[in-house]
Amino acid sequence: MGNEIIDGFLKALQLIFSGDSTVAEISIRSILVSSSAVMLSALWGLPVATLLGLKRFPGKFLAKGFFNAMLGIPTVALGLILYLFFSNAGPVGFLRLLYSPTAMIIGQAILITPITVSFIISAIESVDPEIRDLAKTLGASETEASIAVLRESMSGVVLAITASFNRAIAELGVVLMVGGNIAGFTSVLTTTIALETSKGEIALAIALAIILLLIVSALTLTVNLIQRRKT
Amino acid sequence: MKPIMELENISKTYGNIIALKQVNLQILEGEVFSLLGPNGSGKTTLLRIIAGIEKPTSGELRLNGIKVGENNINQVRLKTTMVFQKTALFSTSVYKNIAYGLKLRGCSKRETDEKIKEVLETVRLEGYEKRPAKKLSGGEQQRVALARALALDTDVLLLDEPTANIDPKNVSIIEDVLSWINKEKKTTMVIATHNMFQAETLAKRVALMLEGKIVKVGAPQEIFTLPSKLLASYARLENVFSGFSKVTCEGTSLVDIGDGLQIEAPFEKTGKITVFVRPEDIILSSNPIVSSARNSFEGRIVQISDIGPLVKLKVRAGKDFIVQITKRSFNEMRLNVDSKVFIAFKASSVNII
Repeated sequence: MGNEIIDGFLKALQLIFSGDSTVAEISIRSILVSSSAVMLSALWGLPVATLLGLKRFPGKFLAKGFFNAMLGIPTVALGLILYLFFSNAGPVGFLRLLYSPTAMIIGQAILITPITVSFIISAIESVDPEIRDLAKTLGASETEASIAVLRESMSGVVLAITASFNRAIAELGVVLMVGGNIAGFTSVLTTTIALETSKGEIALAIALAIILLLIVSALTLTVNLIQRRKT
Repeated sequence: MKPIMELENISKTYGNIIALKQVNLQILEGEVFSLLGPNGSGKTTLLRIIAGIEKPTSGELRLNGIKVGENNINQVRLKTTMVFQKTALFSTSVYKNIAYGLKLRGCSKRETDEKIKEVLETVRLEGYEKRPAKKLSGGEQQRVALARALALDTDVLLLDEPTANIDPKNVSIIEDVLSWINKEKKTTMVIATHNMFQAETLAKRVALMLEGKIVKVGAPQEIFTLPSKLLASYARLENVFSGFSKVTCEGTSLVDIGDGLQIEAPFEKTGKITVFVRPEDIILSSNPIVSSARNSFEGRIVQISDIGPLVKLKVRAGKDFIVQITKRSFNEMRLNVDSKVFIAFKASSVNII
């Protein structure tokens, strides 16, 4: 058993360093799907978070509570709901999105939206309340003052986006259920790792796991370094 | 001088709390006007209303004769600016902090560069453009905030306790800049303060505020000749002592303030008087002080409070004296509650109310 693992590990390194086309293809697809999902979630999450972070209105507490509660949504449950939505019998079945990268992007985007929104809200709320007044005394309108607050919270926003990406690229349930892990079409790092491991193809699984870990840690490290240089 | 700002029956309430009650005030063009009052008297709320960042609950505010309302609030904000008590800075460079307001006014890059260089020279922070604003010392940060306000050349400059909680060196720089600005640029200034001396040295007119109301408006001479006890309740005066004074043969006075203490003062007065000594004028030492200071007492520290770069000590030497020293001196002297200390101050540091 021990030998098998060491063997698998060595083969994994070989796969990575030889530039194996399957490994490269799966990794690139993973990054593309998750980055698109992050962009999509930022597209709708940023305005929602800005509104919830800056404005006061009745029901704000409930809205914030909803996103906080959704932080822990089980990915398989979300995957199932989306599967039902996208399946032929589902409300958007006619779009024929099931088992496509588009469905995976939408699924991941929905999954990470609570992270994007909640993290950005707390970043905005942690900005010194005087910043808003300061911007106004320097001549800013309400909108310009809101932009100033958002700019002050930028490091928190970047952190929210990073955390969202990490969650997206590392999740399995949603992409498996709406993507289907079709080789060469919808297979990504997590789904392939799960499949290959169950097939006993330990080397490919280890290679992909190493890459997944590298992507996540390299991104986090880079963001941290940039933030440190800025402050 | 014609009025630039007119406040008519301005009131402000927050829920059940009344912050301002029927304030009527005229600020004249080019004058330095001071709002003097204790904490919580409504000075800051009044400034925030004038700055257009707070709406009055009732009443009318006019700038250059035009009523301020929803429709023109943005123009008002471009004509006034405010320096806050707690320095507020954007987490970016000094340059970008100052450039923010200039950008909103559509200044070109060249104009912005020139203006920033000019105002940084004014506040004596030449070459600080690229520094991260929040990494500067408290006093320097407040000078950046002042420079940022000055760069905008607004009609009205509002200052909320601009020198509270900063060290004496920075206080004097800021006070110098403010007097210079008023003299050279004729900018109208409204300064909220609880420091009587600041009000006296900078302002042409002073308004006394208490519990959300303006109690009296007048020239500093007029205000500061009010009965001492009344005045002391408006300003946070420390080291105030009352006693019987008699003239010495050296042309000074000895004031018997009770508890066996006599203070030598630089004037010739006989009878009951009230005097005060500024905390920063008192020298503190761990050893007996041999100096030209005419007043020297031994005591113990009974209270220590940390106020940014400074430390305030209450020294019990018969009477309680408030002494202000820098944090560095405090650390070097290894002081603690109950430490035995010696305090001294010159006769010329004793002021009469």
